[in-house]
Amino acid sequence: MSLDGTVGAAPAHPTAPHSRPSALANLLRLRELPVILALVVLVAVTAALNPLFLSEQGIKDLLLNATILMILAVGQTLVIITRNIDLSVGSILGLVAFGTGSIFVAAPNLPIIAVFVLGMLFGAVLGALNGLLITIAKVPALVITLGTLYIFRGVNNAWAGGTQYFAGDRPEAFGNLSVDTVLGFPVITLIAVVVVAIVAVYMLGTRPGRDLYAIGSDPDAARLFGIPVTRRVLLAFVVNGLLAGLAGVLYASRFNSVGATTGSGLELDVVAAAVVGGVAIFGGSGTVVGAAIGALLLTTITSALTALRVDKFWQQAIVGILILAAVVIDRLASVRAARKLRMLEARNV
Amino acid sequence: MTHPADHGIEAPDPTDPDRTSVLTLRGALKTFGPVVALADGTVELAAGEIHALVGENGAGKSTLVKILAGVHQPDAGEFLVAGQPVSFRNVADSKAAGISVIYQEPTLFPDLTVAENIFVGRQPKGRFGLISRIEMRRRAGELFDQLGVPIDPDRVAEGLSIADQQIIEIAKAISLDARVLVMDEPTAALSGVEVDRLFAVARRLRDSGSGILFISHRFDEVFGLCDRITVMRDGTYIATHETGATSVEAIVREMVGRDIDALFPKTETEAGDVVLRVSGLTRPGVFHDIDFEVRAGEIVALSGLVGAGRTEVARAVFGIDRYESGTVEMAGRPLRRKDPRAAIDAGIGFVPEDRRKQGLVMDLSVERNAALTLRHSLARFGLISGRAEREAAETWGKRLQVKAGSPEHAVSTLSGGNQQKVVLAKWLATDPKLLIVDEPTRGIDVGTKAEVHRLLSELAGRGIAILMISSELPEVLGMADRVLVMREGRITGRLDRAEATAETVMHAATASLEASR
Amino acid sequence: MSDPSRSRTAVDPDQGPPDPPAKGKRMAAPGTRTSEEKSTRRPAAGKADTTRVLAVPKGRTGAARILLGRDAIMIYVLVVVVLYASLVIPRFASPVTVGFLLLDVIPTLLIALPMTLVIISGEIDLSVASIAGLTSALMGVLWQGGMPIALVLVICVLAGLVAGAFNGVLIAYLGLPSLAVTIGTLALFRGLALVVIGDNAVANFPPGLTSFFTSKIGGTGIPTVMVGVVVLIVAFAVVLHFTPFGRGLFALGYSKEAATFVGIDVARSKFLLYLATGTVSAFAGIYWTLRYSSARSDNASGLELAVIAAVLLGGVSIFGGKGSIPGVLAGVLLIGTINYALKLDRVSEVVLIIVTGSLLILSVVAPNIAAAVQRARHARQVRAAPLP
Repeated sequence: MSLDGTVGAAPAHPTAPHSRPSALANLLRLRELPVILALVVLVAVTAALNPLFLSEQGIKDLLLNATILMILAVGQTLVIITRNIDLSVGSILGLVAFGTGSIFVAAPNLPIIAVFVLGMLFGAVLGALNGLLITIAKVPALVITLGTLYIFRGVNNAWAGGTQYFAGDRPEAFGNLSVDTVLGFPVITLIAVVVVAIVAVYMLGTRPGRDLYAIGSDPDAARLFGIPVTRRVLLAFVVNGLLAGLAGVLYASRFNSVGATTGSGLELDVVAAAVVGGVAIFGGSGTVVGAAIGALLLTTITSALTALRVDKFWQQAIVGILILAAVVIDRLASVRAARKLRMLEARNV
Repeated sequence: MTHPADHGIEAPDPTDPDRTSVLTLRGALKTFGPVVALADGTVELAAGEIHALVGENGAGKSTLVKILAGVHQPDAGEFLVAGQPVSFRNVADSKAAGISVIYQEPTLFPDLTVAENIFVGRQPKGRFGLISRIEMRRRAGELFDQLGVPIDPDRVAEGLSIADQQIIEIAKAISLDARVLVMDEPTAALSGVEVDRLFAVARRLRDSGSGILFISHRFDEVFGLCDRITVMRDGTYIATHETGATSVEAIVREMVGRDIDALFPKTETEAGDVVLRVSGLTRPGVFHDIDFEVRAGEIVALSGLVGAGRTEVARAVFGIDRYESGTVEMAGRPLRRKDPRAAIDAGIGFVPEDRRKQGLVMDLSVERNAALTLRHSLARFGLISGRAEREAAETWGKRLQVKAGSPEHAVSTLSGGNQQKVVLAKWLATDPKLLIVDEPTRGIDVGTKAEVHRLLSELAGRGIAILMISSELPEVLGMADRVLVMREGRITGRLDRAEATAETVMHAATASLEASR
Repeated sequence: MSDPSRSRTAVDPDQGPPDPPAKGKRMAAPGTRTSEEKSTRRPAAGKADTTRVLAVPKGRTGAARILLGRDAIMIYVLVVVVLYASLVIPRFASPVTVGFLLLDVIPTLLIALPMTLVIISGEIDLSVASIAGLTSALMGVLWQGGMPIALVLVICVLAGLVAGAFNGVLIAYLGLPSLAVTIGTLALFRGLALVVIGDNAVANFPPGLTSFFTSKIGGTGIPTVMVGVVVLIVAFAVVLHFTPFGRGLFALGYSKEAATFVGIDVARSKFLLYLATGTVSAFAGIYWTLRYSSARSDNASGLELAVIAAVLLGGVSIFGGKGSIPGVLAGVLLIGTINYALKLDRVSEVVLIIVTGSLLILSVVAPNIAAAVQRARHARQVRAAPLP
């Protein structure tokens, strides 16, 4: 019996069915599908029961409410995709929002655009601080950003003390950003949409963007691969800080008062929005569009329940159920995909 | 320390006088703190050859590979690529110089698609400087056609077999125009067909002029595939030989620095009572109607090709995985399914195939690891003391000659052989009636291997029943009193010691292939 | 975030497709069969080996190890802070201090105990404060509804148990990521608290009970309820450090797979831990309600991050596998002491928050920096010494 020489006769891997995925199949594979469906159903049902829900003002309110969470969720998604997390975003937003109020008081004639730039830079610096601590000291992001959550909040408290700035302290044009609409969209919402679009293209279509997915998918492999992991993770934190800064400026435009406690407790809402939007909590997959829709869904629920005259006390519980549902659906989907693959490969044998 | 020139490294190849060196490493030194990982890393790789690098574990092969890959920077030595001196700061530098390394467990990104995995960091660009997915998919498809393997470029890498992952790594190397391909024990987790496919691809690459450095513990592969063999020992270069001009015995001698006369010292023992009886064990699609028994003092080998269902049966017996029907009995008593604790209480010990992930808690200390199986029996009134733990660990550590800096050190600081001894120690400490060992000597150096074999034989001599899963035929034939051969989830051969030969085992393992011809 | 490298393995070879049979190269080379043991000679011991056979006495003795360990350092820091505060801050060193400090710290202290175990096992629970809030809300409504207080308390503890079991089923048995799940239940349980009590507050608890919860043992200033807290501390410390179950937690915090192979029931262990966090959070909720004599839906909100900060400061690794109850106690008390000292010294709460955050970061960054310094020093020594 020859043990060698028959090698060539052994069949190569049996040919797997080479099917091009159809557009529909691609759509069904989308991680964002459940959240989109949930949003559509929610809006449709609410609108059917209460037509006012989709009135011009109703839509405007929906979008206005979602704007800030949306921007924060997009930034958080960048960080989560790299298998990190940033719990300090609420505190960053608070600091920048109060900073914005202070700037307008100190320099009332500063152009609004300059205020935006300053606010975003401020946020970026805070984000960079997180990123540097995490990448250089090689310490888990959860711990560091939990620490900076307190530190930033403490600085905010120290800075603000009992002071609050109100809408009256700010130029009317600045406040109008949250009132004026273009094609029915509030200006600040348009800003958010532009942010989502830019970040989405970056994540989908550029090499650094794809690197972030690779890093979250397997950080050690990414390092071994020569991907500049430290620089990319730092970038994610800086951009997240920058977006939290933007959200802070917009917060000052949208809400009447900013003070020592502005934005506290937001961090978990932001993470929740990303999770609901199909971003895997351990990195590697998910999209910023999904996270933005997740944010929209979370804020829409509040409005929808009001429109449906559901007891307002139920709102938070329903948000909780939604988050759990998102996690369960994600798991079911991956279990199903794994089973399908197994069957496919079993047939190949 | 030997100088390369003494061993004729520059011996011209009679078949190809024009052979040029694509990669040369001479006298590379690498230290980690006080530890000298590589004292004299020397290898010369020619274009169009497959060059084997062999040595015991700890001989410095991995360090050498990591220097080539740009993961480590050598402290001293000469490093030339295509005749030009190089100094890699990182992996990217190494890649840019045309060196691709394929590790035993490929490092793909599970969430990215196959195509993207090939082109990470250098995705083809289309309009507006954005990544063109269509182009990426097309090029990936081309690569797979070239390699003659059907892998869907659009699927995510998660769930791919190790073999497919390696093919993807090779596709990546080809797309990078790699002149040097380093394969670090690529076949360790592959089945026969997959190994053949990998070798066919390797030969094709060699014929197209690439230099391939092939690291393996398997001499059949080294001698079947490679043109030259470089031997290392204790971090030092020993010799380079033309494959045709040397023998397994000579290479082994150089690897260990001494003769190994008794690799498989199983002593004959009288089989006692039935300890384990498995009947009708079935898990659809994985294994079917598995019947066998293991008696006290007996070593029963579960043989067959990788993927035949051997490990799966063992896991089911031990209660790690579920099974649909059938029974497992220990000393006449049925065992609860899916309950490892019950299996342990009934006297089963299990040395799993993946030491790092399954056998040990790598970050935990040696003593905690060794005492982990004893945590219930060491407890007095439900409480466990560090002293009792340490004493138990020390007793067994001493008996098995485990070498460790301190019992408090993390077990990850130990060498592979010593880690395996800790795994064995923690099971022997439970005084098992049955020991299941899954690939007990995989990735262990030759010296410790013999020690493990001697130990298994000794245990059988003391009346312990042993069920051994092994992919190494010499080990199976040398150690086992009886051989069970599995194929496609069924037992297709039951051979006693006298009947078991390479031919009979192979026949049972591959019978359907014979029949189909 | 719990350790990513353990949360995901690229490909499990066992899950790969069954391989078609073929003549495996692997099995092609029959070796020389040696049926008798020819040699009893032990293979030569390792080469250039600086290590020894196990059981040789090691360099650092047990006592030194304990005195220089991470826990010990936390305790030294705590002692120094207490001494400093006693000397420098007027009125700090008094029974009143002890009393108020402990009363303030009890909720964190309570929840930190099961949280330590949960984080060591490689998971996390963000819903603890919400469970406390839910318990508090339930307590208010049931008491106002005229139920006897003993029954109210029993139902509240059961509610915590059920909430913990809910987390436990999702995480331990369905295998969902605990970070995501407990963010969800954080919202859910707090939401249910709102559903239960709305924005009402219930304050008219039996005076005997509320005064018991703020009473002190004699003149020591130590709150009477500390007796119960100490019992819990001892119980958790014993479970974690001196039982087979505790040993299992450390193992599974490092590697679930390896833990399975030594017979640890991973799912059951985790389920029990979440039962514990749920139950103890209910205790904390009850304590909170009676201490402040007020049942509200937002009681204890935000406490989850304070607890986690204290636990991590106490030396528990967020990746699992490392940590101890004494260390965590020191962490909780350190934050509590600084808090109280600063308050007495009329320093605003602002500084306290900053100090808490900085301590947390310092506690994880410092060991890394120390290790880096040590490595650098070592490398210099090696370079200075002639190589063999």
